[in-house]
Amino acid sequence: MKINFILPEFEVIRDRDSCVSCRICERECSNGVHSFNEKKKIMTADQAKCVDCQRCVALCPTSALKIVKADCSFPSNGNWSEASIKEIYKQAETGGILLSSMGSPSCLPVYWDKILINASQVTNPSIDPLREPMETRVFLGKKPDKLKRDSDGKLKCELSPQLSLSMPVMFSAMSFGSISYNAHKALASASCELGIMYNTGEGGLHKDFYEYGKNTIVQVASGRFGVHEAYLEAGAAIEIKIGQGAKPGIGGHLPAKKISSEVSQTRMIPEGTEAISPAPHHDIYSIEDLRQLVFALKEATNYNKPVIVKVAAVHNIGAIASGIARSGADIIAIDGFRGGTGAAPTRIRDNVGIPVELALAAVDQRLRDEGIRHKVSIIAGGSIRNSSDVIKALALGADACYIGTAALIALGCHLCGNCQSGKCNWGIATQQPELVERLEPEWGKKRLVNLMNAWKNEIMEMMGGMGINSIEALIGNRQMLRGVGMTSKELEILGIAHAGE
Amino acid sequence: MKREGLVRIPSGCAIASVISTEGNRMSGETIINAMVPMHERSNGLGGGFAAYGIYPEYKDFYALHMFFDDRSARKSCEVFLKENFEIIKSEHIPTLKLSTITDEPVIWRYFVSPLRAGLRELQIDEREFIVRKVIHINSRQPGAYVFSCGKNMGIFKAVGFPEDVGHFYRLEEYEAYSWTAHGRYPTNTPGWWGGAHPFGILDYSVVHNGEISSYDANRRFIEMFGYKCTLKTDTEVIAYIMDYLLRVQGLTLKESADIVAAPFWSTIENMSDRREAELKTFLRTAFSQLLITGPFSVILGFNGGLMALNDRLKLRSMVVGEREDRVYIASEEAAIRAMDPLAENIWAPGGGEPVIVKLKKGA
Amino acid sequence: MLINAKGIDHKKLNDMLRGAGNDFIIEECLGQRFIAAGMSDKHIEINGIPGNALGAFLNGADIKVNGNAQDSVGDTMNSGSITICGNVGDAVGYAMRGGSIYVRGNAGYRAGIHMKEYRDRFPVIVIGGKAGSFLGEYQAGGIIIVLGLGVKDDNIVGNFPCTGMHGGKVFIRAAAGKIKFPRQVLSSPSGSEDMSIIEKYVSRFCEKFGYSPSAVMAHPFTTVYPDSANPYRQMYVSN
Repeated sequence: MKINFILPEFEVIRDRDSCVSCRICERECSNGVHSFNEKKKIMTADQAKCVDCQRCVALCPTSALKIVKADCSFPSNGNWSEASIKEIYKQAETGGILLSSMGSPSCLPVYWDKILINASQVTNPSIDPLREPMETRVFLGKKPDKLKRDSDGKLKCELSPQLSLSMPVMFSAMSFGSISYNAHKALASASCELGIMYNTGEGGLHKDFYEYGKNTIVQVASGRFGVHEAYLEAGAAIEIKIGQGAKPGIGGHLPAKKISSEVSQTRMIPEGTEAISPAPHHDIYSIEDLRQLVFALKEATNYNKPVIVKVAAVHNIGAIASGIARSGADIIAIDGFRGGTGAAPTRIRDNVGIPVELALAAVDQRLRDEGIRHKVSIIAGGSIRNSSDVIKALALGADACYIGTAALIALGCHLCGNCQSGKCNWGIATQQPELVERLEPEWGKKRLVNLMNAWKNEIMEMMGGMGINSIEALIGNRQMLRGVGMTSKELEILGIAHAGE
Repeated sequence: MKREGLVRIPSGCAIASVISTEGNRMSGETIINAMVPMHERSNGLGGGFAAYGIYPEYKDFYALHMFFDDRSARKSCEVFLKENFEIIKSEHIPTLKLSTITDEPVIWRYFVSPLRAGLRELQIDEREFIVRKVIHINSRQPGAYVFSCGKNMGIFKAVGFPEDVGHFYRLEEYEAYSWTAHGRYPTNTPGWWGGAHPFGILDYSVVHNGEISSYDANRRFIEMFGYKCTLKTDTEVIAYIMDYLLRVQGLTLKESADIVAAPFWSTIENMSDRREAELKTFLRTAFSQLLITGPFSVILGFNGGLMALNDRLKLRSMVVGEREDRVYIASEEAAIRAMDPLAENIWAPGGGEPVIVKLKKGA
Repeated sequence: MLINAKGIDHKKLNDMLRGAGNDFIIEECLGQRFIAAGMSDKHIEINGIPGNALGAFLNGADIKVNGNAQDSVGDTMNSGSITICGNVGDAVGYAMRGGSIYVRGNAGYRAGIHMKEYRDRFPVIVIGGKAGSFLGEYQAGGIIIVLGLGVKDDNIVGNFPCTGMHGGKVFIRAAAGKIKFPRQVLSSPSGSEDMSIIEKYVSRFCEKFGYSPSAVMAHPFTTVYPDSANPYRQMYVSN
């Protein structure tokens, strides 16, 4: 007897009075949940296939559908959660490694939510950003140690290459392959309009997107997919991906079935082969090897591009960042453990790495203690959810933030967490042409531009409240933050005082 | 209550200064008078003065003005001083007993020069040596505090109204070619003399009005370069920033002003002079963390001149006037009139527009 | 153009190479890294010891080293050729996508790691002596030939050869069956089709380094290739 212990997680509730059997839900669901029962002339649902992506609900013309969490449950148990029990059933049945996507949903502390922002009262004025100048431009890159003058005494205006951003937020690395052509196009074109950057991820740069080069960060990861001279030259900056917050210490694997013709051309590998990114860069087994890759890239691009080194937030992140800063890198990107992913082993996603808030605070302080903070800019990512998270990250010491999940949500992602299936009903994490075309790039671009503009206005409003009219005066300005409900150790690491102090 | 330095205390203030571009020395009475009409801008919790050209007989020596909590703090600090400096003269700073100035610490001054062996050992120049040793005393020597350490200049400060502080230090008896003054309006009662202003490092002295919003960004940047902000005041961090830009980076006053009160990006973009735009972009990018935001008006004193600067939005008042060889700068015109009823060319400098006054013959 | 590299750092050396002229001879090279990184249309001969990452991201240039070279030669190279008359260090041809690397002597660990092919790009590494362990690790395309010339023992490819291999071929000048491979790769005596490929590259090798092609070819070869029926599928279950 074959028993499947795994009960459907969601329940499809259909209001029979409203349903007109138009079969839109059937057409829209790539998971095959809905079907029309010819005999009974009604729509039925295979609930076990439902991932709660809400596509059918959003498109039902008569609002007849509702997806709810199934209330069928295991006996309540404070130790054995329903999720834990189900995971055992899945593994006992298949012998497989649990695979998840998007950022960790586990209930570990979100420090952003325990940090509060200051505002001016009496002793200095707040500023109205609608009526007074308010600057959000940042430059990422190495700043000079000692200025030089020429023989006439004129200051030499020599700076290492800088990334100029109209606001301190960028779209983080998501490869073409893990997300669709249309999603990439929306991100690329929105970045251009906004004057910020998007990031190719490790999947190469599609030939159509070279035109967005000045707003592109090209990534070089351990698999070196799509990495060649023209690719390196195409972007405004080069990012060496060492690690990712959702899966520190492990590589990546884009299965052959996702290597479509376009993906194969962009990655420069034959169609239908596996795209494996090894866990480490096999030319980096030590910190001095990182310096070698940083300078190899600089040499290959004649020192015209800033080089970013992206690492996952892990235990000894302060020392790691210090090593990176001394490796010649211009920018360090720190990806916190809640960062998103197209696919990662569940155990790694939910148990490896540390929160970006603590990592960022530790890195910023460490670099200052060593007197080298100005030699490298810091980007924080790994679940920046809104503009106040951005403000808090900047005040803790970030020069800019990366957002991934937030951008995808703007494009319609409902966080169902099934990216690995490649069947994304919203046309984001899929290569199936009929699904990809659901995401209209122009529409997506508009939504991303709206989101960023809204955040920018909120950022300016909060800056105005603090009496700060230029974003650089916020960076590292920890006096503007206070903690609530934290231990003194947590406050010490974050370098902020408790509220009321 | 926590002493100043353990906690950040915002303050409002009054500032004033006078300089003779011919280098003619004037008694402290003038500047004390300037503070009287601005009495309302202080609340009796801090006042102070900086005077330039007052020690011509010791002009080659660094004048350390120090507060000690008690005699034993002085004795133990003097051991440190003797290890590092040749002490030419050490004495009490003369004061006048006043009912309005109380709880005075032990106030002392030393004229010193660094021991050559120390300079050789550290491979640094004399001025860097002074900065390091002063920061060491102020952060490590219990009960001792250096509040002035330039050559041929001195800072005098106390808890009290500025005019009382001036009389307390008998400033009428000093002759300086340049004076700056400060009256403080802190938001609580620190009761510690080190917290009064001006704040000085080497011959740079800063008086400042306003609470800046960029404080911690500025502090955490400047502390990378060996400075230690023990007072947590804006004045202190501004003084260190100016020392870093002027002395360590070798920038001009104007270039430094373009960093701390940088023009808006939109202003830079509209500049017709490309070299000028390139320079401003460079300075602003290279030292983005030294941009000071929020309201401030500062007067920076140094050997041979003054620089007054408003924040780029001009959120604090500042007025300049002049007559003959004298230039007056103050928070209010009344202060200028108190110094010289016949002062001419009264004008208010724009935001981010430095007013630089130098002695015609140099320092 | 003759460049004496004594006392010149890598940045200056590359600036000179990027400058006028296509033919260069570098004398007294001593550890300068990244020589010719990303360059095309240049012919560069090197005397001395070039530093790591020689010819990284190479895009068509020809490089010849009249001696040994260090680690990461031809890292992520796209096209062009690199000839090493002596031995080469670790990770030669890491992630190379096209062009060729000929090594007269031995190669270090991880030669040809993650090399891949794409359309008309077909990377080739020929190693005259023996290769270190993890030869062709993660190989995804192209070919690696190890000749073992002058090597006394049978073990001309070290341990764990072809671990993670999922594309391309490795040809080893040794009898099949003497080398232990991971379970996801297959090996068999090279057939006539493979032998003609081998011969093509071996004759170029012999031409460069003065060996007799017939003597080199008069030896059994083993072809190593991925077992498509037995891939590295990590068994996953959606969670």
